[in-house]
Amino acid sequence: MNARRATRALALTLALGLALCGCTQRQLGHHLTDVSGLVAPLEFHMTDQDGAPVSAASYRGDVVMLYFGYTHCLDACPTTLATLADAIGQLGAQGKRVRVLFVTVDPRRDSEPVLKRYVSNFGPQFVGLRGTRAQLTDMIKRYRVSYHYEKPDANGAYEVDHSSAVFIFGGRGRARLLAQTGAPAAVLAADLRQLLERT
Amino acid sequence: MRLLSYLLPWQFSPTACAVFALAATLYVRGMMVLRRDSIHVGFRRPFVFFLGLAVNYAVMQTYFDFLAQHMFWIHRLQHLILHHIGPTLLVLSAPVPVLRAGIPGPTWRLLSKPWVSGPLGWLWRALQHPLIAPVIFVGLIYFWLIPSIHFTAMIDQRRYLLMNWSMLIDGILFWWLMLAPREAQGAAAMRYGPRYIVLTAVALPQIALGAYIALTSKPLFSIYAICGRAWAISPMLDQQLGGLLTWIPAAMMSAVGGIVVLHHVLAEDRRALAREVGAEANAAASASAGAVA
Repeated sequence: MNARRATRALALTLALGLALCGCTQRQLGHHLTDVSGLVAPLEFHMTDQDGAPVSAASYRGDVVMLYFGYTHCLDACPTTLATLADAIGQLGAQGKRVRVLFVTVDPRRDSEPVLKRYVSNFGPQFVGLRGTRAQLTDMIKRYRVSYHYEKPDANGAYEVDHSSAVFIFGGRGRARLLAQTGAPAAVLAADLRQLLERT
Repeated sequence: MRLLSYLLPWQFSPTACAVFALAATLYVRGMMVLRRDSIHVGFRRPFVFFLGLAVNYAVMQTYFDFLAQHMFWIHRLQHLILHHIGPTLLVLSAPVPVLRAGIPGPTWRLLSKPWVSGPLGWLWRALQHPLIAPVIFVGLIYFWLIPSIHFTAMIDQRRYLLMNWSMLIDGILFWWLMLAPREAQGAAAMRYGPRYIVLTAVALPQIALGAYIALTSKPLFSIYAICGRAWAISPMLDQQLGGLLTWIPAAMMSAVGGIVVLHHVLAEDRRALAREVGAEANAAASASAGAVA
């Protein structure tokens, strides 16, 4: 193997390495990540809390926050949804163009009336979504999240472990941000405002 | 029914299906072509080859893939198979003559055209360079485990596929260079002695990285908490198991490689000895024949 060939090959490897370095995670302050071009665009077919079939097209033009959870959830879901409600409240009139899609990972217990009662606690911008097993599976594959049921207790009550991510989409359904547990409402509100101005 | 759903792809990949089907078809066709010429491949080589294909396919295109997306240590197990164990099986089955026989004539002639074979040959020699191959091998392991890169690879389907394919392809390239007998390697053949240096050189950084991951006391890869784990397990245990898999079995593969190389060295010595003895016997025979004449 001559030296020149080795140098050329090494240069190629380095160039490839540098090109790949463009794909690191873009952290925007605490608990928020820019996921533009990484997470799949908004797309789903489900039923809303009023029993109407809905899809991503139903929410075109709105900034959408997508979250997976279940109504029997004791801490993570109510805390997260309350933070989202707080952020929307801080937006004032602009908040009307934000939707929170709460997808239940426990459709057996979360019937449409149960969902309706639950999401109404958080405000008019909150939508409860329920899908068939296939529809839910499509969605968790698409957003690369998971959930699983814990063992039921003596009364048949059980907990569900699920993702904690809030995926935020722009008005045209493109994924923009990923908010983690603990993202402060004020920070969320500021980012939502920016997104609303762009759409 | 439930078993079937575990065997079906979690996320169907047409590329994976095409690649694995093509490899299997070429191999079977090659066996048939060779059999026509009364060359029997036997049972063991095809068994090892298809076992290699099967383990790689299983970690990419079954329910295992779901677990690998949502559990760090299963992800590490997936890469142990794609980057180490699967490629080792494929290389040990010595599949090249069979695959070569399986490539139809016109395709082979196209591949032999200078404008195809020239750049391909150059790329091959570059990737099989004894200094470049180990750098890529270890570099890829480190690259995909940089926490911010790992995050994007697990959240973006395309990057996830790129990551897994890069591991499998590089695994085949690297273990081919390490484990294939010298006479099978053609233009980019590597001597056996230096292979021990390379095997050791790739083991050490894997041990260092695995130990770092296993012994760090804070979670390094946030993505699994954000997107949910496949089942309830403490994040630290998940990370420790993943670190151990990167540390011990991955580095042990270098020891396995060393044994395979030793086998080649001894086989070469045996052949050389047989040739010498044969030459002496021939010389003696012709000498005695000369004496008779």
